[in-house]
Amino acid sequence: MQNASLDFKRQVTVKLADEKLQQALSRLQSRFVEGRSAVISEIHDLQETRDAATRIRDRVLNNLGHWLLHFEEQATKRGAVVHWAETAEDANRIVVEIAKQHDVKTAAKSKSMVSEECGLNDALENAGVKVVETDLGEYILQQAHEAPSHIVAPVVHKNKEEISDLFANVHGLPRKTGIAELCREAREVLRPAFLNADMGISGANFLIAETGSALIVTNEGNGRLVTTLPRVHVAITGIEKVVPTLEDASTLLRLLPRSATGQSITNYVSMLTGKKKETDPEGPDHFHIVLLDNGRSSLLGTPMQEMLRCIRCGACMNHCPVYQNIGGHAYGWVYPGPMGSILTPLLDGIEKAPDLPNASTLCGACAVVCPVKIPLPDLLRKLREKQLALGLRPRQETALLGIWSWLALHPRAYALATRIAVRAMKVVGGKEGLLHRLPGASGWTDGRDFPAPEGKTFREMYRERS
Amino acid sequence: MNAREKILARISEAKPDKAALSHHLENHPRGPQPMDFDDLKKRFAERALKLSSDLVEADQLNLAPGLIANYLQQRTLPMKGVCWPALNHLPWLDSGLDIEARPAWNEDMVGITGTFCAIAETGTLLLLGGEKTPASVSLLPETHVAIVDPKRIVATMEDAWDLLRRECREPPRTVNFISGPSRTADIEQTVTLGAHGPYRVLLVLAP
Repeated sequence: MQNASLDFKRQVTVKLADEKLQQALSRLQSRFVEGRSAVISEIHDLQETRDAATRIRDRVLNNLGHWLLHFEEQATKRGAVVHWAETAEDANRIVVEIAKQHDVKTAAKSKSMVSEECGLNDALENAGVKVVETDLGEYILQQAHEAPSHIVAPVVHKNKEEISDLFANVHGLPRKTGIAELCREAREVLRPAFLNADMGISGANFLIAETGSALIVTNEGNGRLVTTLPRVHVAITGIEKVVPTLEDASTLLRLLPRSATGQSITNYVSMLTGKKKETDPEGPDHFHIVLLDNGRSSLLGTPMQEMLRCIRCGACMNHCPVYQNIGGHAYGWVYPGPMGSILTPLLDGIEKAPDLPNASTLCGACAVVCPVKIPLPDLLRKLREKQLALGLRPRQETALLGIWSWLALHPRAYALATRIAVRAMKVVGGKEGLLHRLPGASGWTDGRDFPAPEGKTFREMYRERS
Repeated sequence: MNAREKILARISEAKPDKAALSHHLENHPRGPQPMDFDDLKKRFAERALKLSSDLVEADQLNLAPGLIANYLQQRTLPMKGVCWPALNHLPWLDSGLDIEARPAWNEDMVGITGTFCAIAETGTLLLLGGEKTPASVSLLPETHVAIVDPKRIVATMEDAWDLLRRECREPPRTVNFISGPSRTADIEQTVTLGAHGPYRVLLVLAP
């Protein structure tokens, strides 16, 4: 997917003024935020479970090579073919080659954010393979030629009426207005796609090293259909998704659906191991697993490694006051919200997303709800530091920060400068005690006044009291 | 160097303590477990109902077809469908049901399966795909009926893995945990039952 993060600031203005989007986002907030809080307390030792999940992810990341090789060995033993892709283009090329090798004309796909990251659909279509998205949300987006705006609820930005219009237009059937009717229509339109597809494409929420399996969590059943009916199954996922054992997966599964959609468990948790055996009456004759790196390995052993713990539940964006107000499209790439503000610059280039690490108040809500305890605000702050060090921030901001940091290291100068500044601000603030403009802080004063100080610094007042 | 070697070379990892890592694999330790459930069957039933499954209880397995026939009749659902070949021996015809033992096709409206085991913690079924237990039977039809042996209700997913390790040499191609009818909340985050899989799930507890 093309990264449009450079357009972030302009998009924010557009999204804030979009009333339909604002309504949709408030729905997301009530359903997902309240949904999570209702079921997360079912886990009686939540903090220990989060700690255990964190340890599981860290164990993998600290020895990722070892676990990937173990996974590959076990998967291969069961007849799967494991492919390694350094970049998104490599992953696309590999899947296109698989399609050619097995003479694939049509592919049915369940939801995969990694395939969105790669832009896999376009690559397959260019190679003459017809791709049908079968997750209801992704199907709607495919028909509307739009990108997902949430990693779990991809079509959260659209309301029922828009979807009614879209279906009436695309399907040529009488316009339905009820949600259940719309779902029924999509089911009936999509059934033949499952039955006729030569290839099924899925992601993998986890890869299990112990058994060489790909595990997917789904609700609609399309994930089961695309991994059971077509004669070829391709699972595409990131290299960091491996976990050692079935028990490790179970611990993570206590947290993933609860954090994501407020469900104790998703409707289906499907574990797929190897290709179909001779005695199996159904299942794919060929099982290919594509492991995508695309910048992930370069984060290992760096201060950003913790980001690779992510299990893609979306809780950080559901709880983020910034995401809640602008939605996912403004972020410009596949991954929105706090996790996206970190992943986009890390995977696609820090210079391509200058605003994202700064699009946060660092309120910390994301870190509180993260099931694998990723210190998201700390990582955002590290990215800001990196931007500054690389000279990627505006000159004025860099200069102001430079002056501030020099002052902070020189207490006497600091005391003098603040004494002068608060007095000057008091004078400018006048009778109403408000500053309408502040050099270097127009981001604040364009929208509201800045309360002027009362004329003394904290240290002066403190001295007077003692 | 090919892509595999390049990626592995880029992965900077501490020299693996192979003994510790294989110890973790062999012992597959559990994470924090839920508190003990007093009555597994009761907990399973409560959670399954919460997931919008229906539930009936039979005194013995041979009586299951009769209960299933009742359920279908009450809801004016078709009295015909498919079952796992593993359940072919049950008296379907005697209960007025026209059931074929085979994988499901698109036209089949009712699919009847057994279960490998069930999980009390979440009200979940575990089904293993195989020669006599095709996965499509619990997936393609609009109604899924699952017969559950109450003796095979375990507390947690971890217990289910242990059972799988004990009874099967390796996991089959498809291992499916099923928790109620298929659903979607993609449109306006409103939960709608019956997405691409079954619209309803009937659980028949039968020894």
